[in-house]
Amino acid sequence: MYGYLFRRLLGTIPVMLVVAVFIFLMLRLTPSDPAAIIAGDNATTEQVAQIRSQLGLDRPLIEQFFIWSANVLSGDFGESFFFKKTVAALIGERIEPTLSLAFFTILIAVLVAVPLGVLAAHRQGSWVDRIVMGFSVLGFSVPVFVIGYLLIYLFAIYLNWLPVQGYQRIGEGFAGWVERLILPSMTLSVIYVALIARMTRTSVLEVLSEDYIRTARAKGQIERKVLFRHALRNAAVPIVTVIGLGIALLIGGVVVTESVFTIPGLGRLTVDAVLARDYPTIQAVILLFSFVYVMINLAVDMLYTILDPRIRY
Amino acid sequence: MNVFRKAILAAACVGSLAAVTSPAVAQTTLRVVMHSDLKILDPIWTTAYIVRNHGYMIYDVLLAQDEKGEIKPQMVEKYDTSADKKTYTFTLREGLLWHDGKPVTSEDCIASIKRWAVKDSLGQKMMTFVASIDAVDAKTFTIKLKEPTGLVLLGLSKPSSNVPFMMPKRVADTDPNKQIEDFTGSGPFVFVKDEWKPGDKTVYVKFDKYMPRSEPASGLAGGKIAKVDRIEWRAISDAQQAVNALSKGEIDFIEAPSHDLLPTLKKDPNVTVFVSPQAKNQYVFRPNTLHKPFDDPKIRHALWYAFNQEDFLMAAIGDENYIKPCQALFICDTALATTKGMDGLLTSNAKKAQELLKEAGYDGTPVVLMHSTDLKVLTNLAPVAKSLMEKAGFKVDMQSMDWQTLVARRAKKDPPSAGGWNAFLTSWVAADVMNPISTAYVNAGCDKASFGWPCDEKLEKLRDEFARETDPAKQKTIAEAVQLRVIEYTPEIPVGEWVSPAAMRKNVKGYLTSPVPVLWNIEITK
Repeated sequence: MYGYLFRRLLGTIPVMLVVAVFIFLMLRLTPSDPAAIIAGDNATTEQVAQIRSQLGLDRPLIEQFFIWSANVLSGDFGESFFFKKTVAALIGERIEPTLSLAFFTILIAVLVAVPLGVLAAHRQGSWVDRIVMGFSVLGFSVPVFVIGYLLIYLFAIYLNWLPVQGYQRIGEGFAGWVERLILPSMTLSVIYVALIARMTRTSVLEVLSEDYIRTARAKGQIERKVLFRHALRNAAVPIVTVIGLGIALLIGGVVVTESVFTIPGLGRLTVDAVLARDYPTIQAVILLFSFVYVMINLAVDMLYTILDPRIRY
Repeated sequence: MNVFRKAILAAACVGSLAAVTSPAVAQTTLRVVMHSDLKILDPIWTTAYIVRNHGYMIYDVLLAQDEKGEIKPQMVEKYDTSADKKTYTFTLREGLLWHDGKPVTSEDCIASIKRWAVKDSLGQKMMTFVASIDAVDAKTFTIKLKEPTGLVLLGLSKPSSNVPFMMPKRVADTDPNKQIEDFTGSGPFVFVKDEWKPGDKTVYVKFDKYMPRSEPASGLAGGKIAKVDRIEWRAISDAQQAVNALSKGEIDFIEAPSHDLLPTLKKDPNVTVFVSPQAKNQYVFRPNTLHKPFDDPKIRHALWYAFNQEDFLMAAIGDENYIKPCQALFICDTALATTKGMDGLLTSNAKKAQELLKEAGYDGTPVVLMHSTDLKVLTNLAPVAKSLMEKAGFKVDMQSMDWQTLVARRAKKDPPSAGGWNAFLTSWVAADVMNPISTAYVNAGCDKASFGWPCDEKLEKLRDEFARETDPAKQKTIAEAVQLRVIEYTPEIPVGEWVSPAAMRKNVKGYLTSPVPVLWNIEITK
């Protein structure tokens, strides 16, 4: 187990290296120039060239890559071209909103989707099953920003229950923090509810026909316990896998949701950095997202051994 | 009670406690959404408009233009010009303080002027006339000229990027090619650096020791009175969400709401849509004079017949209330406005354009027209240009890209076949294009000119004449000559003027008519 964990951790090194090379080259090969953007509309060609030189963008590509790699290895992600702040400080400022949003989204998704999926499996073929599956298809098909605007119209403008945008840090008040996270989390969770509910239904359906379920029922177990203690526990591995894979969707969804709801998180930072061609920030955020993704996959693999003791590494 | 309920109750108690223990400070806060998020803080280092707006919040200027465009003293008590017009003497007002409490001195102003003049095109031109800038005493300094010029007052009162903002000497001594890191100003608001979170908000608080002028505020001149305690620039990038937030009262002011959302705002009883007649912008078509076919002035000249302004304006803005076809190169209803030489131009006379192209021997070389797709006010311009040019006989290769890619590509001098370009369209704030010196696209100084690199001795000579002239009437005559030469040589074509209204809650009063948005004088009534 520990040997496996160590090998997997070692395996993240080449993955991160490939990501680093890929993102570095992608940015440099796209037709853009941060210096021209920084300089503004009134700038002359000379002024743009001066800024390019200050940013080190006039150096050979390979030199730029080695300087950046060496800095990253020493824990220095550099300074943003635009914000006059270190990238680490920028990410530090932005991480709380994104973690909060991710936490609420996963919480809502799991609390809603798992019971719905179990219920749909239990009532297979009934109207409940059809409604849950219909919602699942809809949730998966409608873009996040459309759901966001619909929820804003309903809950913020029409009913006037919630704010339309913005984020309040938890340190500035718990109630405000929750209030401002409800709509964005609901928006972002729709796709996960759809995904997890569908997977839960399929997994639970598979185990419901197993002998041990029949035995549990024959022993007189109440149906709720049969479903949640016996069926769900044994159907958990694929569900956890889907939740883990969903983190990739979450990263994409966070970018859109944070933009729509004006949440100053890593998603917004990514959008702003891409629009401004802020290379150091884009590179650091993508590396961070990739690292998080790799780690979550690893955590999911580790969870398998807890959920199913038969699994050994 | 189960554990979950207990947790919720505990959380609610903590939340309530936090609310109760929050300090009850009675202060007025104006929450605004500007046209962009603030990322850079040095208004001399960059020409970006959002940084200029930030500059107006925290810095002050020596001279300023009022709402009629007249130059008025601002930080200076008075200024005198010698009889030979070669020496300007400026005397600072009493009581001017930097945000750190130290007095503003003439040495500070001299260093600020010098740093600004390195970066700004008008400042650079002005400095070619300057023999020396000297401090007479702590409150007085002189600018001595080699020969008379009208550029000193014009430059020091320049309303838009780069604005000659005054900074403490220790800050102004920073290399102009490096960004400043100390944001001490002497303007009506103080920048709160600790609360500046790019992508979230920028915060300013009232500078209690600011000494406003006694005259009423007018344009960028007069008494700059901070009537709110705190101003927060909120970074809401989604135009629809900004409007939703304004309607709900989550913000108080939007600098430039999207034109297509104005009908919604106008219907809202809690919102006022304010059109400042000075907040004008000018669309321009910029050809690249380095490469075929636009290396030939005759071919460029045909564009004046191919285009008409109404098509551009309606496609881009789409509301007659906010557009103005205008044949004056230096902005309609301003001191240098003239329609001289414009008879028959900008009327989409395709037949005439075709004749001119034939005379010029246009061989069908395709025009690589860069089309910006992500800035709403620019998106529809290039398709209109393509359509009108094709009617006139041009072959057009319109290439779509985001604005930042266009910005990078327009700096390239390579031929269009090697990643260069032939033309693009953009928009200028009117305050930037009101005379032949500050109008970047009229600069025909070859390599020193802006992207497109026009190279024309006659135009440069006229600009020099304008710079030397101090008599407004004679300046106007020269500006007319510049316009005629621009029509002939065609370094740019104005394709219409438009205004960008601001929107605010009904209780926000005092927003000034000004060429650039300024937030002093604004108050929030109950």
